[in-house]
Amino acid sequence: MSIDTETARRVAHLARIRVEEDRLPALAGEFNAILGFIEQLQEVDVDGVEPMTSVTPQRLKRREDVVTDGNQPEAVLANAPDAREGFFAVPKVVE
Amino acid sequence: MSDLTDLTLAEARDALRSGETSATALTEAYLEAVEGADALNAVVHKTPEVARRQAEAADARIARGDAPELCGIPIGVKDLFCTEGVASQAGSRILQGFAPRYESTVTDKLFTAGAVMVGKLNMDEFAMGSSNETSTYGPVTNPWRAGNSDAALTPGGSSGGSAAAVAARLCVAALGTDTGGSIRQPAAFTGTVGVKPTYGRVSRWGIVAFASSLDQAGPMTRTVRDGAILLGAMAGHDPKDSTSADLPVPDFESALTGDVRGKVIGIPKEYRMEGMPSEIEQLWQDGVTMLRDAGAEIRDISLPHTKYALPAYYVVAPAEASSNLARYDGVRFGHRAALDQGDGIVDMYEKTRAEGFGDEVQRRVMIGTYVLSAGFYDAYYNRARKVRTLIKRDFEQVFDAGVDAILTPATPSAAFELGQAQDDPIQMYLNDVFTVTVNMAGLPGAAVPAGLDRRGLPLGLQIIGRPWDEAGMMNVAQAIEDRAGFVARPEKWW
Repeated sequence: MSIDTETARRVAHLARIRVEEDRLPALAGEFNAILGFIEQLQEVDVDGVEPMTSVTPQRLKRREDVVTDGNQPEAVLANAPDAREGFFAVPKVVE
Repeated sequence: MSDLTDLTLAEARDALRSGETSATALTEAYLEAVEGADALNAVVHKTPEVARRQAEAADARIARGDAPELCGIPIGVKDLFCTEGVASQAGSRILQGFAPRYESTVTDKLFTAGAVMVGKLNMDEFAMGSSNETSTYGPVTNPWRAGNSDAALTPGGSSGGSAAAVAARLCVAALGTDTGGSIRQPAAFTGTVGVKPTYGRVSRWGIVAFASSLDQAGPMTRTVRDGAILLGAMAGHDPKDSTSADLPVPDFESALTGDVRGKVIGIPKEYRMEGMPSEIEQLWQDGVTMLRDAGAEIRDISLPHTKYALPAYYVVAPAEASSNLARYDGVRFGHRAALDQGDGIVDMYEKTRAEGFGDEVQRRVMIGTYVLSAGFYDAYYNRARKVRTLIKRDFEQVFDAGVDAILTPATPSAAFELGQAQDDPIQMYLNDVFTVTVNMAGLPGAAVPAGLDRRGLPLGLQIIGRPWDEAGMMNVAQAIEDRAGFVARPEKWW
C-alpha cells in the first residue's frame, strides 16, 4: 500500500501539524519507506493471537472515588503561553 | 585522596559516610567538571545553585548519621524528568520555557534520599532517536574518540547526554529512560553500565511520556554495583502511576555476589544477524566464555519472532506517541506559534506543532496517526499488538524451560560518527535491533561494557533477565564485569 500526496496531507492535518504544500511529496516518500519496513508484519501468522493490552499481568488498583488534588489554579496556569483571569486563553473557537 | 570525580558511587558513598570527603567537596568537584565540558554539550541546564543547596543539606544529614545510600551523591538528570522549578524540555523546542511546578516521583525519591542534581542532561527530542541528533539543543559529542581520529562520535541515544556525562565524569551517575534501547545503546557506546528495569518497577509519573507501554526509567553508571544502588533508590510502587507494580524492592546491591555457578544462560540464535561485524560476534563469544568460566551453563535457545520486534515497535511506539504528544497544542504549556490575523484555533495547533516539533518527532507522530486511523487500525496497530504477544511468548517459553538470563550483544556496532546515519530513518532504527525486544516484552535488560574494538571504542553486552529479576540479571552483569576487566576510559580532550 502506498501513500500519495493527498494521504500525506490528510495525515498531517489529522496530526495537527502544518506541512507546507511543497514538502508533501517528500513526506509521502518518508512514510512509504517506514510503512515498507513495517510491512514485514504481514508475514506473521497471528491467527488466534490476542493483541497485547498489558505487558505485565496486573490488575489495576482501585481507590476510593474521592477528590485527592486540586485548588491550585495558579500552579496549573503558571506555564501557559497565555493565561488570563484564571483561564487558558485561546483564539476564537466558534464562528 | 586522588581526584574526587574518580570515585564510583559505592566508593563516594563510603567516603562520605566515613567523613573522608564531604558532599560539598564532591559537588564542587563535579560542578567544575561540568563547567569545563561544554564541548560535549551533555549538560543542557546547569543547576549549581540547586546542587550547592542539596550538598549542604546532605552534609548536615551525614553529620547527624542519617545518610541514605544516595545522600550527597552528585547525579545528572535526563531532561525528560520533570524537576520542580527547573527547565524540563524533553529536548524539544515545544517545551521551551517549561519549568514544572511538580517533581517526578523518581527525582523526588532521589532528592528525598539526599541526592544532589548537577544539571539536566541532553537527549533526543522526546526520546525519539538513537544518536542524540534530534535534540533541540544540538547533538552530544561522545567523550570517546576512535584511535587517533578526532572525528566527533555520537554517544548514542536517546539518553546520550546521560551516557556522555557518566563516561566523562560530569556526575557520579545519571538517570536515563529506555523505550526501545535508549539506556542500553548509549551505555554500550560510552563504556558505561545501563539498566532498563522490568516494566512497572520504576514509576513513570512526572516523566514526559513517549510510548507509555514501553517507557521505563533506569540508572546509568560506571559500574554494575553503582547501577544496583541507584536502581534500588529509584524503584518502588507509586500510587500516582497505575502501571507501577506493588512488589517489594529487593536489595539489589547485596545480591551482587558475582556467583553465577549453575545459572542457565540462553544464547538466542536469531541475534546472530546477517552482516554483523566480526568484532561484535567476537565480543559475544568472549561473553559466553566468561560466563562459562564463571560456572554458568550455556544453552542455545530460539526466540523465533525476534526479527518482527523492530517493525512492530515502529507501529506501537509511534501510535502511543501520537496520542501522548497530542497535549502539546500551545494552550497549557510551552511554545505557542505567533498567529496571523484571522487564524483560528486549528491554525494555532498546526503552526505551534510544526514549529515546536523537530522532523523525527513530526514523522513519528504522523506515522502513529496513520496506523491508528480508520481503516488501518486492524492492519497495522492490532497486528503489531498481536506480534507483541508472540514476542513476549517467545521469552516466556525459554524462561519456562529453565533459562535464567539471556546474553546478546547490546548494539550491532560501536559508536558511529555524528551525521553518518541521519538521513535514513530505517538505518537509524536498526541501532535498537537487539534491545527493542526487551521493551516489547516488558523485561529487564542491562548493558555492560565488555571490550574495545580495534579502534579503541567500547563495546557492550546485553543481559536480559526474567520479569522482576533485575537482581539475578545484574549479578550476571557483575560476573561479566569481574572477568572483562574493562578499565579503559576516554582520554580527556574537551
